[in-house]
Amino acid sequence: MADKSSKELEPGAMICEAGNAREYKTGDWRSKRPEVDKEKCTNCLFCWIYCPDNSIIVENEKMKGIKYSHCKGCGICANQCPAKAITMIEEGA
Amino acid sequence: MSFTLKELSHSEDRLTEGHRLCAGCSESIVARQVLMASKKPVVVANATGCFEVSTTIYPFTSWNVPWIHSAFENAPASIGGVEATYLALKRKGKITEDINFLAFGGDGATYDIGFQALSGAIERGHRFLYVCLNNEAYMNTGIQRSGATGRGAQTTTCPAGTCVPGKKEFPKDLTRIIIAHDLPYAAQASPHNWRDLMEKAEKGLECGGPAFMNVVTPCPRGWRFDPALTIEISRLAVETCIWPLYEFEKGKWSLTGESKRIAEGKKEKRPVMDWIKSQGRFGHLLKDKWSPVIEEIQANVDKKWEELIKLSQM
Amino acid sequence: MEPIALNGDMAIAHAWRQIDPDVVASYPITPQTIIVENYAEFVANGEVETEYVCAESEHSAMSLCIGASAAGGRVATATASAGLAFMWEVLWIASAMRLPICMSVANRALSGPINIQCDHSDAMGARDTGWIQLFGENVQEAYDNTVMSFKIAEHSGVRLPIMTCIDGFIVTHALERLETLETQVVKDFVGPYQAVRPLLDLKNPTTYGPFSQTDYYFEHKYQIMEAMKRAKPVVKQVQKDYAKISGREHSIIEGYKTEDADYVIMAMGSTAGTLRHVVDELRHEGKKVGSVKLRLFRPFPFDEVKEMLEGKKGVAVMDRAISTGSSGPMFPEVRTALYDAVDRPDIANYVYGLGGRDVKIDELKGVYKQLMTKDHDMVNYLGVRP
Repeated sequence: MADKSSKELEPGAMICEAGNAREYKTGDWRSKRPEVDKEKCTNCLFCWIYCPDNSIIVENEKMKGIKYSHCKGCGICANQCPAKAITMIEEGA
Repeated sequence: MSFTLKELSHSEDRLTEGHRLCAGCSESIVARQVLMASKKPVVVANATGCFEVSTTIYPFTSWNVPWIHSAFENAPASIGGVEATYLALKRKGKITEDINFLAFGGDGATYDIGFQALSGAIERGHRFLYVCLNNEAYMNTGIQRSGATGRGAQTTTCPAGTCVPGKKEFPKDLTRIIIAHDLPYAAQASPHNWRDLMEKAEKGLECGGPAFMNVVTPCPRGWRFDPALTIEISRLAVETCIWPLYEFEKGKWSLTGESKRIAEGKKEKRPVMDWIKSQGRFGHLLKDKWSPVIEEIQANVDKKWEELIKLSQM
Repeated sequence: MEPIALNGDMAIAHAWRQIDPDVVASYPITPQTIIVENYAEFVANGEVETEYVCAESEHSAMSLCIGASAAGGRVATATASAGLAFMWEVLWIASAMRLPICMSVANRALSGPINIQCDHSDAMGARDTGWIQLFGENVQEAYDNTVMSFKIAEHSGVRLPIMTCIDGFIVTHALERLETLETQVVKDFVGPYQAVRPLLDLKNPTTYGPFSQTDYYFEHKYQIMEAMKRAKPVVKQVQKDYAKISGREHSIIEGYKTEDADYVIMAMGSTAGTLRHVVDELRHEGKKVGSVKLRLFRPFPFDEVKEMLEGKKGVAVMDRAISTGSSGPMFPEVRTALYDAVDRPDIANYVYGLGGRDVKIDELKGVYKQLMTKDHDMVNYLGVRP
């Protein structure tokens, strides 16, 4: 999106594509990745309500996994999981 | 209205991923909870600060709802202006939907530089919920003290030295100052108790007038703790009574959540020392020399807590 | 319409009443206060549908206007002096968001020492903020400029905020004969307001006021400069259209007996009227003098100024403000306009009237005399006791 001329930009510095920050991937900030053991997961969704980055995938009220494109690896989900179903693993390990 | 996570999981994402808040930052956690609490469409105004900057780095926006940032000290006036146009257009039949109005500001924007605008907007009776994302310092500029910074906390403008143990003053009790405006609704909340927070946000949005929420918003970077502990730290703030959960609704004060249980003797009130030990910003206080400071903080917490219990019994 | 007698502030409130903006948000400050008091009465008596907000400060008044305008409303406000200075930060934001807010400024000196009388320091301090600036000479122009300002600011090629200025007390509080238009004529002239991507358009959620860094900020500023460039012909066109409904001809720069004049004094605001009187007296004595009234200060009409002043023997630029450490603020603009002139006049700056100090007829005659004898400095101070 960079290098647009002033004529190509919406006047007033308005951003008209709501939620387009999704295109900006923050997943590469991560040094540790959360991995979920679905055997242990009770789908309580605490990980989902406490995730700062909308990176818990929930479908039909079930925890389906991690959105690694955006997860920054903070570890809140692993820490808040009552079932200890999420483990933080060193990236590249 | 009681919220369940399963029902909430069907909510639209009003604030998307791809924002540039630090890993483990609680601002987006709080904001998502507040945004999901509104059943109606929302328009949001934001004060300058971490949250504003990180969610709208041009040409990207994390906002899926109409959103405006104008300056540091004027979010209440910005949203008041939006509401004014809404009222005018509704009167003229040019708009029919019911809309909730919401403003976010950090503690610098709320306690300090924007205090006048907030007080004025509440006095005028604009219908909006103001949410203070209170991380107890100017984090966006690199951790400088604000009127919300706790006694003894270290920031870059109140560093701990050989003569001075971090911040000398106790924080301003802003929630009580706002309550003195006798507005329809005000509350303190914490993101660890999401249900309590969301119920309060919903009450604030639906109270028909100005509403204020002061939310403890732990900052891993500024408070010096492991980002994974953000939710634990916010829970600890409540369990030590550093940050009591309560609300002021139509003239009546009530303790809520863990704070209510502590007051009823059903839950232990943890010592302030647990709070001090949990964060690097208080690390210097653990030296023998500064033990009187910890005692002062404990004494102040106890005093405020007793006052709050009395107020909630009135 | 039968002429009526109103002061400058009341004339502005009268124009607002006819336009009936969606939102008026303001804070009282002398000598603007009569505008918002008058308007509050119209609101109290149901003469308008405006949502009227009494802000707790000018900073919040302008912030309310920004929110209201971004939301999709037609918005007006008024201020003066310290109030305009207090708005300074957010003035930039109004123009950066391309919000066509219409603001009346009752020009007054800035503190300190505190002084409530007329000079142009307030508006001149805001000349770089991206607002169109129109100066009116009298009560009639206060009214006319207010009506025109909405049409200029809201023009699809412009979409910039506008301040219409009148001299504090000299015009704001002076009762003068005023010709007004029928309310329906004003409403038809201004037309309905069409907001662009308003916040209240829930189907198209828009982000206003993002963080624009090194990669985009300059382009965003450039857009404002381009819009400002487009504003000049729009002002001219609106003035032409206004003449059709009012019979009153306005122009961005107006000369008085300048065509054959050798010596010209240029000013903005009420001083232009005094100057015409002085020109008449000196003409009576056979002196070839003229005067120029500048109405549009931003965007600055370099070409028109050059055209008006090229070939004169001497030009005095009267500034009712001072850029401390330099000259009056209009002076370098006029000098720049004349730099490329083939026949370049001698040009002097006269700083005058600060803090409401009267400018006297004899003093203005003295300025013509100094032009004729070239007995002046580059920057001169008129009427001060050194």
